[in-house]
Amino acid sequence: MTFNIDFLAKRKIAILFSSIFILISISSIALKGLNWGLDFTGGTLVELSYPEEANISIIRETLLSGGFEGAQVANFGTSSEVLIKLPGTVSDSLGSEIVSLLSSASSDRIDLRRIEYVGPQIGSELRDDGGTAMLIALAFMMLYIAFRFQSMFAGAAVVALIHDVIIVIGIFSIIQAESDLTVLAALLAVIGYSLNDTIVVSDRIRENLRSSELENTKDIINMSLNQTLGRTLITSLTTLLVLFSLYFLGGELIKNFALALIFGVLIGTYSSIYIAANALLMMGLTKDHLRVEEPEGADDNPLP
Amino acid sequence: MKRYGTWKYLLILLVLGFGVLYSLPNLYAPDPAVQVSYSSSSQTADTFLANRVEEAIESENLEVKIELENDYVLVRTDSYQNQLRIKEILSRYLINDVVIALNLAPTTPGWLQGIGANPMKLGLDLRGGVHFLMQVDTDRALKNRQDGTLQDLRIRFREEKIRYSQAEIDEDSSIIMNFNSLNAKQKALAFVRDNYTQFNLPTSSSDDTSLRLTLSELEIEQIESDAIDQNLTTLRNRVNELGVSEPIVQRQGKKRIVVQLPGIQDTAEAKNILGKTATLEFHLEAQMDTPRSRKTSYPYRNGLGAPAFLQDSIILGGDQVATAQASFDENGLPQVNITLDGEGGSKMHRATRGNIGKRLGVLFVEQKTRTVYERDSDGNQIPIQESYEVKEIISLATIRAALGTTFRITGLDSPSESSELALLLRAGALAAPMTFVEERTVGPSLGADNIKAGIFSMELGLALVLGFILFYYRVFGIAASLALTFNIVLLVAIMSILSATLTLPGIAGIVLTVGMAVDANVLIFSRIREELERGRQPMDAIDAGYNRAFLTIWDANITTLIVAVILLSYGTGPVKGFAITLSIGIITSMFTAIMGTRAFVNLIYGSKTNLKRISI
Repeated sequence: MTFNIDFLAKRKIAILFSSIFILISISSIALKGLNWGLDFTGGTLVELSYPEEANISIIRETLLSGGFEGAQVANFGTSSEVLIKLPGTVSDSLGSEIVSLLSSASSDRIDLRRIEYVGPQIGSELRDDGGTAMLIALAFMMLYIAFRFQSMFAGAAVVALIHDVIIVIGIFSIIQAESDLTVLAALLAVIGYSLNDTIVVSDRIRENLRSSELENTKDIINMSLNQTLGRTLITSLTTLLVLFSLYFLGGELIKNFALALIFGVLIGTYSSIYIAANALLMMGLTKDHLRVEEPEGADDNPLP
Repeated sequence: MKRYGTWKYLLILLVLGFGVLYSLPNLYAPDPAVQVSYSSSSQTADTFLANRVEEAIESENLEVKIELENDYVLVRTDSYQNQLRIKEILSRYLINDVVIALNLAPTTPGWLQGIGANPMKLGLDLRGGVHFLMQVDTDRALKNRQDGTLQDLRIRFREEKIRYSQAEIDEDSSIIMNFNSLNAKQKALAFVRDNYTQFNLPTSSSDDTSLRLTLSELEIEQIESDAIDQNLTTLRNRVNELGVSEPIVQRQGKKRIVVQLPGIQDTAEAKNILGKTATLEFHLEAQMDTPRSRKTSYPYRNGLGAPAFLQDSIILGGDQVATAQASFDENGLPQVNITLDGEGGSKMHRATRGNIGKRLGVLFVEQKTRTVYERDSDGNQIPIQESYEVKEIISLATIRAALGTTFRITGLDSPSESSELALLLRAGALAAPMTFVEERTVGPSLGADNIKAGIFSMELGLALVLGFILFYYRVFGIAASLALTFNIVLLVAIMSILSATLTLPGIAGIVLTVGMAVDANVLIFSRIREELERGRQPMDAIDAGYNRAFLTIWDANITTLIVAVILLSYGTGPVKGFAITLSIGIITSMFTAIMGTRAFVNLIYGSKTNLKRISI
């Protein structure tokens, strides 16, 4: 695959597009918030499997008459499976109480799929730990890239990463998909993935800045983007293939994890082309920035 | 073209052989099994026990295999229904000196076990079971310790004739004593300094006649860690009583304990036993002349009878019970037979021999938790779990003769209460109460579904990716496909050797690795194509492609690895499971995608002296 696309000509459109998206994301996060999962809010969750189609309204009534007010009852995956959520953390034994109440109220044999209880202190702790992990990941990334490349590359990569993370969280806020611990893990994986892409592109830009006869940074970046485009697309495609397989077959517990990664891969691919490269250009990267360091041909290192 | 070193082929073959060998045990599906062991740890399973098990099952005509292992008798069967049925039969036929637990027995052949190859462990989300996270209320342990010290001080001060007016323990677990004069306070301070080392003593001699005894940092740390250690031990004992195979009881962080019980479904029962902080205390009944400050009134546990006053000083506590057995008295009422340890026996003897005719009270002490709502600074209601103590009298009986090491407790409500009390006394008391801060239960059907979904999505993902790269890269695609498959084998082998736990997010990590591991090959192959387009000879192009792509691959993978390691150290539960497979996958993929494919390409094209075309 050879391409000759003038990516940077459309950089103003890209910046506008990204800005709008980030704005929408931030406003949605601010206004609608996120649909926090049990891991972060604390509370009780019960998943039950009925032999036949479960009657949600009867379950609701049974729970109400049993004194479980505020219980959210919904189908989960299939029509015979029911998910009951009780926000608030009054007691750690509500889960088993619900199970025994519903089992005695129904003549069917109900299969217990899972009970989860998360106490109040755990929820906020997990959220704080998640945030810390993300910040530490970003900091380490910046350090590594600054060390391996040059500080402008680090800046550009982090701009792209923050861009990706905000938009993925924004999408989760807009569609109100549940954000639990697995989604947090997915967000960190998105950081890893998006960075992967950005590094491949940056690597080529660095190489071309050193070796190409072209003088104009913009042309060099454009050339590098075209050279790596084939690889970027194929890797995104193979990753998306497995992610879709996880999304459709991996079961309900993995669905939102896969979803966050699918959005992350799409946005990460876009951002490594338009955002990271653009940021490099806007920071004023030129051939001179790379001339001083590593004068020897770093790319001709021996094979493993 | 440079020759590809023979040692490299050898290394790859070696790693491949090693990977295949150590991932092999995962192909043997485990048998549903029941394991039977003696409840007393001094008795190891023997042929006698195996025979009893065999007799019990014989009548039922079930397909089983009975094996005598080191610590237990293992009954293998072929289905989960039979497994439950066998457990039921055994618990009915065997008397209560054994522990019966459900188990998944590996079927790894002996020769594989011989080289230390074992299957991966499955997480609770894949095999079903309960995960509890408990927070230890160490403040309560501090308070209890200070309580004991205060009692001791009262006696010692009386002996030393140091007069104090009031003594109590405040919110921060400090002992506060008020003295009648400065002189008395100075004497007390000197006495404490000489005899107790655990306090941070006030240095300034102020005019204040009150003395504040605060525990030193070192002592607090010691008490807290002792409390957690004792709780760990007690929990392990209780878990053993529950009958679970391969349980995990571990400290997590400063004040928390993780308990994982694979195969347990009745969580209410498990929680009841694990979280119970019930223990016994023996007190003499207070007499008319006992000062008000040294006696307390307690209600009866069964609600019958008027509350009675007991002396505050404890003769002995539940920690000095050596064994306890539930049984019935001559009237068929539930009772618990107790045997004390030597020290407890002599304490009991000393306390009762001078008090014949008086009454001995048995206090049932239970620490419970409740949620109270407090307003924080923003006015929001936040739930706070606090623990409190309930002390109730089980029995108050006249001492007819001096008691020794064995006696019995009556006055219990039901046989289930007597057996629970006996279990709790046997397994030991918790040093500090615990609250359940997290609970995750996965039913066996969900576990099985999770495995199925995980494996299925992995197979499909792999098939799609392999199909695509074979179509797109032809011969080089074969190299990449082999490398990918090899990568999964290696990943599974390393997980098995580390005996890491595979979870559903872990499977997702493997699937993601499959998608991302191709990247290295895509980078290399794109580079080779580029070099070909520039007019290089095929062999040179291959060389240049591998050389130039290497650093890029390295940088890209190291950064992902950094993320994975951060996930590993910060994450809990699902996040950790994902991070483990992701990090191992990144490392193995670097090896397979670079060295593995290179060797394959060399095998195919390396021997041709005048290569004109390659299929990429």
